[in-house]
Amino acid sequence: MTTLLSYDDAIAAFDPAMGLEVHVELNTATKMFCGCPTEFGAEPNTQTCPTCLGLPGSLPVVNRKAVESAIRIGLALNCGVAAWCRFARKNYFYPDMPKNFQTSQYDEPIAFNGYLDVQLEGGEVFRVEIERAHMEEDTGKSTHVGGATGRIHGASHSLLDYNRAGIPLIEIVTKPIVGAGARAPEVAKAYVAELRELIKALGVSEARMEMGQMRCDVNLSLRPHGREKFGTRSETKNVNSLRSVERAARYEIQRHAAVLTSGGTIVQETRHFHEEDGSTAAGRIKEEAEDYRYFPEPDLVPVAPSREWVEELRAGLPELPSVQRKRIQADWGLSDHEMQSVLNAGAIELILATIAEGADAASARKWWMGELARRSNEDGIELAALPITPAQVARVAALVAEGSLNDKLARQVIEGVLDGDGDPDTVVEKRGLKVVSDEGALGSAVDEAIAANAAIADKVRGGNLAAAGALIGAVMKTTRGQADAKRVRELILERLAAQG
Amino acid sequence: MSLLRKSAAELAAMLAAGETTSVELTQACLDRIAAVDGAVHAFLHVDAEGALAQAAASDARRAAGTPASELDGVPIAVKDVLATQGLPTTCGSKILEGWIPPYDATVVARLRAAGLPILGKTNMDEFAMGSSTEHSAYGPTHNPWDLDRIPGGSGGGSAAAVAAFEAPLAIGTDTGGSIRQPGAVTGTVGLKPTYGGISRYGLVAMANSLDQVGPVTRTVLDSALLHEVIGGHDPLDSTSIDQPLPALVAAAREGASGDLSGLRVGVIAELRGEGYQAGVQQRFDEAVALLVGAGAEVVEVSCPSFAHALAAYYLIMPSEASSNLARFDAMRYGLRVVPDVAKNGGSPSAEDVMRATRDAGFGDEVKRRIILGTYALSSGYYDAYYGQAQKVRTLISQDFAAAFELADVLVSPTAPTTAFRIGEKLDDPLAMYLNDVATIPANLAGIPGLSVPAGLAPEDGLPVGFQVLAPALADDRLYRVGAALEALLEKQWGGALLDQAPALEGAVR
Repeated sequence: MTTLLSYDDAIAAFDPAMGLEVHVELNTATKMFCGCPTEFGAEPNTQTCPTCLGLPGSLPVVNRKAVESAIRIGLALNCGVAAWCRFARKNYFYPDMPKNFQTSQYDEPIAFNGYLDVQLEGGEVFRVEIERAHMEEDTGKSTHVGGATGRIHGASHSLLDYNRAGIPLIEIVTKPIVGAGARAPEVAKAYVAELRELIKALGVSEARMEMGQMRCDVNLSLRPHGREKFGTRSETKNVNSLRSVERAARYEIQRHAAVLTSGGTIVQETRHFHEEDGSTAAGRIKEEAEDYRYFPEPDLVPVAPSREWVEELRAGLPELPSVQRKRIQADWGLSDHEMQSVLNAGAIELILATIAEGADAASARKWWMGELARRSNEDGIELAALPITPAQVARVAALVAEGSLNDKLARQVIEGVLDGDGDPDTVVEKRGLKVVSDEGALGSAVDEAIAANAAIADKVRGGNLAAAGALIGAVMKTTRGQADAKRVRELILERLAAQG
Repeated sequence: MSLLRKSAAELAAMLAAGETTSVELTQACLDRIAAVDGAVHAFLHVDAEGALAQAAASDARRAAGTPASELDGVPIAVKDVLATQGLPTTCGSKILEGWIPPYDATVVARLRAAGLPILGKTNMDEFAMGSSTEHSAYGPTHNPWDLDRIPGGSGGGSAAAVAAFEAPLAIGTDTGGSIRQPGAVTGTVGLKPTYGGISRYGLVAMANSLDQVGPVTRTVLDSALLHEVIGGHDPLDSTSIDQPLPALVAAAREGASGDLSGLRVGVIAELRGEGYQAGVQQRFDEAVALLVGAGAEVVEVSCPSFAHALAAYYLIMPSEASSNLARFDAMRYGLRVVPDVAKNGGSPSAEDVMRATRDAGFGDEVKRRIILGTYALSSGYYDAYYGQAQKVRTLISQDFAAAFELADVLVSPTAPTTAFRIGEKLDDPLAMYLNDVATIPANLAGIPGLSVPAGLAPEDGLPVGFQVLAPALADDRLYRVGAALEALLEKQWGGALLDQAPALEGAVR
């Protein structure tokens, strides 16, 4: 059983230092070094060729589009872009790596020395320094069959799918993040969130963490306050949601602190993050520093982007998320606090997309930040991962605007969509969720309610308008909620000739 | 036999004139292989059926008046280090036994497109690691001049196939001399092009920054003809030069006139003297004198950094090789050895299978180089070994640049000795490595080199090679000088050097 120190005690005693390594899968049509397609979800080993299978004699050729994406990421991260750089071979044996070396970049990355400003809750801006962004190829995928945990231990056999082998990756590595203190986990999360927004704004990847398009490794160490030398770090691999990044950092701070305060030493090791309880567990212990025997990839000529090209790409960068946020906040008239909630929920893109589908800003924001945010919390999945599209939300908003749905019914429609019952219109149809707008039917329901509640009706007649609420409630009950409450109130007041 | 002794250029002319057919020619080669390859062992795989089918298709094209190229219908042998779709490709190694590539190397695709029937795959040192073809996992190839001797290496199979008249043409590869040195010791012509001049796509790499594919032939003109078929830019090889080849065939034809007026020839001071067999030196000096007689001006040039070439080569080559050979791990293709489970008390892991397969599948020389390369690239040693070797490489390029200020081409003996006896140097890798001392600098600098027969060493009656080197991209100069020397020497000999080779029919080892 792992012992943890309380978070406050940990922070009181130690200063955390973090290094974040984020892998982004580019959305190029073809792989990094061959012409194979990159579409997700194809039958295993159908998107392969001699090059990405590493067959004897095959050779790589660099994907120019991937280089372009790498440069654009570098520029957006305020990095310098190399005038000349090379690929290198990172040598190690693993069955899902066809050549038993990964073609990556080593001491000559395409982009280096940048920064990304991230905004924390409360509005403070924290600058995360970027060490480098480099290009590399993804590995294939191993599926371990027969073991209890899906890990290799205990498995009876493993299946290899090389469709992913050779997909272009950009690895973005921060310099040590220090000085965040208690807010280190929050900084980690905010950094990955900001990076994800940036990547999406650049259009170089969908950056969907749940699909592995963006993966984060959290390196963390503690040192006593005032000490310059970093402590031994742990490397928590493949932390694949924003929330998990924060939790993993927090957990490791508490775990390290417990070890260190009890006189133990931290083992430099790879750890796995467990989503279920937010803990990490030891993986491979690095007995000695792994020797990857890097050397320049002799099969590829150096990449030497011309300055003109780099400047052209710089000029073509889109509005970056931080700038866009300021503009949106002003456009929507949100307070800092409201804006922060929208950001925390990861809802900006979704709201913008919903607006693009025809909804007005207020209702788009209302649905995503209200009902849908609640569902995402309840189900513990990210907003974007909910099984509903901005177009569907926009349709719900439209049905409300035209009076076909009231808010209560709209919530039921959204629930139906989330439950997989189909588009909003299909759900309305299937579940019979439509505002009763037949004046005749509504009129008789109102008459019934007045007749059944004569005493209350009298109060209303006598000028106690608040009492009408009970009558409205009765009508809503007989119409099973499918009436427009505003119209019901009008009808009641009309009939009771009360002046509202 | 008369058909077999003709050059590819002559055969092409006969095919064009309708004096023979590709089927007749291909069958003649196959018959010759059947007759002598038991003794020579140049081939690892013969594809009689495929070659004859390609020959028939070629004859149909010729009949229709639409030949695919000048060499359409002339059969060829391919070193077993190039991927051939549907034909086994072993690289002379047990670890690839039975592997049939699903794709063609670019050079092979160009041969097919040009209509050259592929007779089969030729023997080689395992993964091209060697200078004698003794390191083939499938047994050595024998030198047609003396079956007890090595045919050079690593491409001894291609050189021997051509020297034994089993094929008019062959493809070789040259990382440190593997085309030129076999050419020298078998009395054939071998050319390594400028790095990037011929595509490496489909060439199973030993050392990527040094490897080049090239022609193995009996005449200089044949080499130029074949070079023009297989050379030129290939988008599948990022290190391929994106510009047209120089006019190689034209240069060879021009050189054959024997006039070298105005040509400056540099004799490399460091590639002579100690370590060079007397008869090799003698034939070399005579050849230089012939060039002078043809109007060339001879100067001596010095390349002091060559002293470090062998050392640098034996760091860079194994480093790259150790990484290239990592892919042979039993996971996807080739040999798979599953170790005895009982010993482990459990089921073998992927690592166990990799280890057992590599242990069983690689020969000693390959293991030696993997170990050397892994060591040279290791953290803490990289700068001292790999890094330092790259600096030597730069110095060698600078030596060449300075020498080419003084001379249009540089010359040396191709190999320091004639063919040694099979088994003679097997236990002494360093002595074996020394055989490439004259050829390696060109690979390190990426410049082209040609070996042409210079006669037989008086002391042993075995062929001597004459090496010509030119600046990068000036491969045409090699053809001009090589063709001139060939013409002048053949005038002296009264025919081709190979006419003096043993007949081989009925030969037994």
